[in-house]
Amino acid sequence: MSGERASFRRRQSLFRRVVLAVVLTFFTLPLLASLEFTLQGPGGTGHQLTTWTTLMDFGAIAKEYPDLKEGFLSSILLAIFTVIVMLILLVPTMTWVRLRLPGLTRTVEFLCLLPLTVPAIVLVVGLTPIYAWVNYLLGALTLWLGFAYVILVLPYAYRSIDTGLRAIDVKTLSEAARSLGAGWGTVMWRVVLPNLRTAVLSASFLSVALVLGEYTIASLFARKNLQVAMYLIGKSDAKISVAVGLASLGFAFVVLFGMSFVGTARKESR
Amino acid sequence: MTSAAAARTGVAVELTDLRRSYGGVAALDGLTLHIEPGEFIALLGPSGCGKTTALRCLAGLEDPDSGTIEVGGRDVTAIPTNRRDMGMVFQAYSLFPHMTARQNVEFGLELRKQDKAARRERAAAMLDLVGLSAHADKFAHQMSGGQQQRVALARALAIEPQVLLLDEPLSALDAKVRTQLRDEIRRIQLDVGTTTLFVTHDQEEALAVADRVGVMRAGNLEQIAAPEELYTKPANAFVADFVGLTNRLTGTANGAHASVLGAPVALLPGSATSGSVEVLVRPEAIDIAPDPAGNATVVSASFLGAHAKVIATTDDGQRVAVQVDSDAVTSYRPGDRVRVRPQGDPALAVAKS
Repeated sequence: MSGERASFRRRQSLFRRVVLAVVLTFFTLPLLASLEFTLQGPGGTGHQLTTWTTLMDFGAIAKEYPDLKEGFLSSILLAIFTVIVMLILLVPTMTWVRLRLPGLTRTVEFLCLLPLTVPAIVLVVGLTPIYAWVNYLLGALTLWLGFAYVILVLPYAYRSIDTGLRAIDVKTLSEAARSLGAGWGTVMWRVVLPNLRTAVLSASFLSVALVLGEYTIASLFARKNLQVAMYLIGKSDAKISVAVGLASLGFAFVVLFGMSFVGTARKESR
Repeated sequence: MTSAAAARTGVAVELTDLRRSYGGVAALDGLTLHIEPGEFIALLGPSGCGKTTALRCLAGLEDPDSGTIEVGGRDVTAIPTNRRDMGMVFQAYSLFPHMTARQNVEFGLELRKQDKAARRERAAAMLDLVGLSAHADKFAHQMSGGQQQRVALARALAIEPQVLLLDEPLSALDAKVRTQLRDEIRRIQLDVGTTTLFVTHDQEEALAVADRVGVMRAGNLEQIAAPEELYTKPANAFVADFVGLTNRLTGTANGAHASVLGAPVALLPGSATSGSVEVLVRPEAIDIAPDPAGNATVVSASFLGAHAKVIATTDDGQRVAVQVDSDAVTSYRPGDRVRVRPQGDPALAVAKS
């Protein structure tokens, strides 16, 4: 009996390893192939670091690939703008709904998760007339794409912040603060936000990762962000384009990986 | 109100004809309550009786549909919570998790623009008052439930509130800590003299700490009186039933007295005065003695520590609970014949339904 069980465990363990290996291969093989491509020498012979050294030389790359510089800066600004607007919009709204309008929780959740079901192309069709007004009123800046990106990041940001709000007793904490003399601004800034720190960081990092990887909306609105710039460079210098893609992927990975340590470090520091 | 309470500082609180309903159900149904300056009032009642709603209306956390709230002679009905100057301790642990105990206590003082040195000094004094000076730098998750509630009390008192509001602050604690903290709350309240409203569903807690106890039902006060008066002279059957254990014994009323189990019992004002009645007699107001020719049979005898409880059934089928000394419990075994009879203490009688 125990022999059968041991054999079953061995088979189960083997199965797990095989699944893990397949998944890892599935994800890493294209990345390794891309990396290998960026390291190829002229004519596909030998390996060299030219592409990466070029990419590290910010002055040279800004001069040689102005689209890339513009796209990179636009994406960074878009990420910051998106995160700020998303937090201003979502944190007070979700806190208020939790405190005063719990009956609206499902509605707000539905609205926030809705963008998951709408393809970017459909979103663009809907947003086109709105952006005609935005361009008319605020000017045709790439930065205003951030409004559309806020919609895109809502589902992820909602989930993160919702998890954070569920982890604390917002109602009691805010009532305690109010009874001690705090206005709503102080309650949000001094009591709710510090206790949502991990959730807010998580929502922010996810938003940054999403904005850095966004292509469809920017491209269809003829705006230049990092992904659009990569695509344009890809037509003339595929290696640099792929290297930038890998670098941005690495950056997003590091950000998300770092996120998992923020909460841990905070708990340990107590 | 006791004379000690009168000597204290504090402000008077006046709730007048407060009404509040939720979806057509009245949580407060014309509640009127006067609290003397420095008085400690406990509101007692079953779940849903409106006691927490009353406290939350006073705190400004709920808006009454109608009625007025006056604190120190000032109408505060429309004033928001953060400008009411009230300290509150909640049933749920409410310390700000990202702050230490000291920072929690300093929070209200900081909002009042006190300088850092004064804040530190006041926080230290408050933590000392609740016996937690050594825990000043601890976070909520590093403290026990009792310690957290003590810090919450220190935090509420630090701002020198006009009124201290306690919303079942002990209900999440274990029995021993509850008793300790209960006595501590009373000691501190007597020290600082703040007018206090304490909401609880635990009658023992209410009777132990309050100057007066108000028993609520369906959004209104059934009776408000000093603990001993509430216990010995309940205004009606609900109060008698809710505060302490009560036997409902059948008897015959005749004017100011009733005959119960063959013994006379003086009737309290408000009692039914004629005909067949149910007399509400406390277990400690009944005598019991082993007697083979008695009028009841023991059903069970339970040792409860400081005292014991014997349950007997009379020959006419009435169930009687009797409180006896704990060392006497061995004298009563199930099936034993006993004689039970009221001691004659005044009791309330209600017409038999």
